[in-house]
Amino acid sequence: MTALLEIKGLKTHFRTEDGVIRAVDGVDLHVNEGEVLGIVGESGSGKTITALSAIRLIDSPGEIVAGSIRYEGRDVLAMSKNELTELRGDRISMIFQQPRVCLNPVLQIGRQITELFDQHRDISEAEARENAINLLTSVGIPEAEKRFAFYPHELSGGQAQRVMIAIALALSPRLLIADEPTTALDVTIQAQIIELLKDMCRDLGTALILVTHDLGVIAEIADRVAVMYAGQIVEEADVYTLFENPQHPYTRGLLTSMPVLGNRTGRLSAIPGSIPKPSDIPAACRFAPRCVERVARELTICEQREPQIMGSEDHRVRCWLAEGAV
Amino acid sequence: MATTMHERGETFSTPERSNFARAMRRLLRHRSGQIGGVVVLTLVFFALAGESVLPYETLAIDPINRLQPPSLEHFFGTDELGRDLFSRILYGSRYTLMIGLVSTAIAATGGITLGLLAGGGGKLADMLIMRVVDVLLAFPYILLLLAIIAILGPSLWTSMFAVGVAGIPGYARLIRGEVLALKEAEFVEAMRALGAGHLRILFGTILPNVTSQMVIYASFTIPLAVLAAAALSFLGLGAQPPAPEWGAMLVDARTFLRTAWWVVAAPGMAIFISILGMNLFGNALRDVLDPKEMSK
Repeated sequence: MTALLEIKGLKTHFRTEDGVIRAVDGVDLHVNEGEVLGIVGESGSGKTITALSAIRLIDSPGEIVAGSIRYEGRDVLAMSKNELTELRGDRISMIFQQPRVCLNPVLQIGRQITELFDQHRDISEAEARENAINLLTSVGIPEAEKRFAFYPHELSGGQAQRVMIAIALALSPRLLIADEPTTALDVTIQAQIIELLKDMCRDLGTALILVTHDLGVIAEIADRVAVMYAGQIVEEADVYTLFENPQHPYTRGLLTSMPVLGNRTGRLSAIPGSIPKPSDIPAACRFAPRCVERVARELTICEQREPQIMGSEDHRVRCWLAEGAV
Repeated sequence: MATTMHERGETFSTPERSNFARAMRRLLRHRSGQIGGVVVLTLVFFALAGESVLPYETLAIDPINRLQPPSLEHFFGTDELGRDLFSRILYGSRYTLMIGLVSTAIAATGGITLGLLAGGGGKLADMLIMRVVDVLLAFPYILLLLAIIAILGPSLWTSMFAVGVAGIPGYARLIRGEVLALKEAEFVEAMRALGAGHLRILFGTILPNVTSQMVIYASFTIPLAVLAAAALSFLGLGAQPPAPEWGAMLVDARTFLRTAWWVVAAPGMAIFISILGMNLFGNALRDVLDPKEMSK
């Protein structure tokens, strides 16, 4: 299968007064047509920056310093401003964490959809309006005709995220990037929104990159998962393999720190320590200082050399402990 | 969730669909909005009505009845040429409104353009524009007005133009600040992620979001402009006699301050009340258009 979006060796750095922050530091990723790729990691692991880099939404002081990004074989990093605005929204679209602040507060929600048609498609205003109402209906906004004229503040968080999804999918993009789309929502709404995303993307044949820290969401929707830690991918596999046979101690840590319904036998386990400060990332394995398995097996290489990402196409791991690494 | 949405659907049924309608309704219930509104509407009415509704002609000289104190015949008395002050004051409201609106329009148009360019353009544009604005702001206000009028010659129109130009820096600063803040807003980022170009974001997304601030700011600059123009007329640099412009009326009247107080009081009070009314109205507008209030 050819990859829809292919990222190779991506490095996005931020120049700050405290030195260069390597937010994304050598990420390889690809998404195939119609596939759902989950990117998981803690806050600060670089998952959002990776997503933003994919459509070059990185502002100063951030900068993509190395790597290549190809969409359908075209070099995104070499695109002109016009090509980029055509790419965004039309081919690749994005939704964010806080739906209510991502909608223009002074514009009726329906108009925020028709505006996209106005910009990217050559259709009449009546058609655009009809399309927008259909879209709103399809994302589960009741009485869409009436709500067309609602302002964002009149919507609940869940409704606003539905509208965001409608806007993002208005032009039937080939790829949707969703950055923590459910984090700001009530738990009860989260499931509905994930379900909606899944259905909409499947119906439109849109590939989805879902950035989240919620493994539950990943299990629900993703085909393939990439686990990020401190700006790098530490493990990547299809969702079943990852959940059944996690190779990286960090992935294992994440999985065991997930609460299991009905299991009240023990304390919830947590990964000790926290993600290294971006300005002082260990030169060797970035996870080594927090790695309980390294301590248990008394490996010294973890603190001396940085592991490379290894393994087959189906399951890649960046760890000295992984099978066949040492 | 379904139930709450239904309830909302019913409470927000059709008649209240626009922000404008909602703002108007809130304005009518606002106390200083009511008072200010009455003053402003009175000004607008007499400005539009013209001479036909007035008891006397504004320029009709009646030497026999000169400097008459207020009476039932002449509500505000007469001036040194026997002209009816009541009629002149009411008629003068058209100058007041025109000065306020025209000069504010000039200030807003110039200021918005410069502010958008500075906030939305490149760093170089920002630097150049804001330095010019700084220079204009560093100039003493009255001196700036005098300089412009000195170049163009004294008349009603040049005084409006001068007041307008002197108002540009304020608008430019306000708009630039808003643009800079809004550029970082998440919905602007979201617009970019959806492929909106630079100009579309500037005019389609950011500009509509500064309208309420602009309306509020305008409601405060209009009375200031009126005051400034009245001062210019008083100095003989604005509207010229015999035009019944309030500032110009004060000039002739000040000679009679001891003998006929009403000649001074009438235009003075007119200026005072109309400015007060406009300010009250502006306060109400600010309350009503406050986005936080809006979402209630």
